[in-house]
Amino acid sequence: MKIAVLVKEVPDAAVQKRIDPNSGRLDRSGEKNLNPYDTHAIEAAMQIKEGGAVPVEEIVAVTMGPDSAVRALHKAVSLGADRSVHLSDEALAGSDVAATGYALAQVLKRENPDLVLLGQQSDDGECYTIGAVVAEHLGQPSLTQVIKLDIAGTELTCERQAEYGYDTVKVSLPAVISVGDAINEPRYPSLKAIMGAKKKPLENISAADAGVDAGKVGAEGSNVKCGDFKAPAAKSAGTIIEDEDTDDTVAKIVAWLDERKLLA
Amino acid sequence: MSNILVYALHNEGAFNKNSLGAISEASRLAGELGGEAHAVVVGQGIADDLAATLGKYGATKVIKAEAPEGLAAPVIDVFGKLFEGGGYEYAVFGGGLLGFEIGAGLAARVDAGVTMEVTAVNVEGGKLVAERPILGDSSISTSRYKGKGIIIARLNAFELKESGSDAPVENVDADLSAQAQQATIVTRGEQRGADVDIEGASILIAGGRGLGKAEGFELCDDLAKAFGGNAAVAATRAVVDAGWYPYAAQIGQTGKTVAPKLYLAAGISGAIQHKVGMQASENIVAINKDANAPIFEFSDLGIVGDLNKILPKLTEAVKARKG
Ligand SMILES: Cc1cc2nc3c(=O)[nH]c(=O)nc-3n(C[C@H](O)[C@H](O)[C@H](O)COP(=O)(O)OP(=O)(O)OC[C@H]3O[C@@H](n4cnc5c(N)ncnc54)[C@H](O)[C@@H]3O)c2cc1C
Repeated sequence: MKIAVLVKEVPDAAVQKRIDPNSGRLDRSGEKNLNPYDTHAIEAAMQIKEGGAVPVEEIVAVTMGPDSAVRALHKAVSLGADRSVHLSDEALAGSDVAATGYALAQVLKRENPDLVLLGQQSDDGECYTIGAVVAEHLGQPSLTQVIKLDIAGTELTCERQAEYGYDTVKVSLPAVISVGDAINEPRYPSLKAIMGAKKKPLENISAADAGVDAGKVGAEGSNVKCGDFKAPAAKSAGTIIEDEDTDDTVAKIVAWLDERKLLA
Repeated sequence: MSNILVYALHNEGAFNKNSLGAISEASRLAGELGGEAHAVVVGQGIADDLAATLGKYGATKVIKAEAPEGLAAPVIDVFGKLFEGGGYEYAVFGGGLLGFEIGAGLAARVDAGVTMEVTAVNVEGGKLVAERPILGDSSISTSRYKGKGIIIARLNAFELKESGSDAPVENVDADLSAQAQQATIVTRGEQRGADVDIEGASILIAGGRGLGKAEGFELCDDLAKAFGGNAAVAATRAVVDAGWYPYAAQIGQTGKTVAPKLYLAAGISGAIQHKVGMQASENIVAINKDANAPIFEFSDLGIVGDLNKILPKLTEAVKARKG
């Protein structure tokens, strides 16, 4: 079988995120990295491949993004993907979630994988929703927040935590599964894998190559227009203690608890 | 023509609180748009008289379909048909996992704009405009829709208001798509791990991933014991999923909602899904080594430091006071 993993390049978590006041979009300059949630999806794909329950012919990493996003693909192949596909086109800039999911689905249609895996959310967009959009365009079932995945033949048994506790759901392939970060501990790439990553096949495709209808993507093709950024209402901040001398800190906590009669 | 569809999630004879909030809000918005809010129920064996009670929150009609509960695809199928039939411009979902799955899939099916984590909705020029906090809640962005709009609320964003009486129920055929038939629920809402009574406790010592490993919970157990009496230990989802602590002790969106006198959070970042379960606590104390952790934005006393250093000494001090 063939597994496609959707990955994304995101600003490093340590970098302060901000909105570019001119474009109204997320400022994507500065240090970037592979979205940490996606490393769990790659690991899940690798565990299926190494687990041997079903033969996996290849794992393909797919991304959509500007030229720089190629680094996310290098990271993905260093973690085990066999090759990668980069959808990059000016026409795609400014796409909303629904348009992004549509464009990625067009790439996936060309690839025709049996299973699509992705991380639960992107570190920058915090959307949790791309998987469901992609699945709908592919006409396939979708599950999100999956924290355990077993595969037998063409059937997946997924566990996820939902509103009322844990759900167990059986899904038949092809399907789109978004995994939670508790599903596994992603491996670190070996030095050899990092060095070899640039040699693995990488295909660059444009929106037209992927059969993306230009009218359905980009800022113009998106159904939501975001703007009018404003600061949230200020909250009254609590007391903050920096722990320098722990005995002193503890004395302050105890006094604070005492004042509120919490030690009575 | 601006009617609003709202999803009502159901479990074991009761509707989800976030869904009821969404219906209340949609009913207010529909009123301003000059339309109506219609609630949609998708489930198995839900009685018409139970469905009709959604009218109390402002739905003027309840549309009910018989299909498996707890999965997104059947709900997308039902909503998709209702949109196709015309008369609807917007759909609103209460906060929660299924809202995300359904709302996103539905946006793709009916070619609508979608916004998640919505905290407020207004009417401007006869259209709905949604507000969503972004960048770790440091900014609020406004979404305007070109055509149809799908709004997925943040947990507890909309207050539940009773405004009407029972509504008429219309039963429709779910007519499931091929992809909906590719997924089946084996078990739903299964509880795991030992029974821990955290709802009754007046003091909760909550541990997160910052405890480092399952054994780290001993630090929380010891402090809870030092408080004695009515103190218990709670946990975040991250540690429950990792198997460090039983699910019965989980606080948050997919866990329990508590409001103790004291909530002490150790090694917890303060993600929104956790916050909704504990923000009503009377006194919130947080220990976190990251001065920028979101939890400090809503704690009454924040300690920036290493819990491994602070908790044992705090336990000794509490013991000494209590002793
Ligand atoms: C649909 C959905 C539903 C969810 N439902 C829930 C829910 O019900 N409940 C819930 O809790 N979460 C829920 N989550 C997950 C939530 O988004 C967070 O991932 C989770 O709450 C994080 O848990 P945490 O704070 O323990 O871990 P982390 O976010 O990893 O935070 C660990 C914190 O510990 C600090 N730390 C590390 N070491 C130390 C040290 N030595 N001393 C002091 N501090 C230290 C770090 O600075 C960090 O802030 C849900 C998510 C989704 C998508």
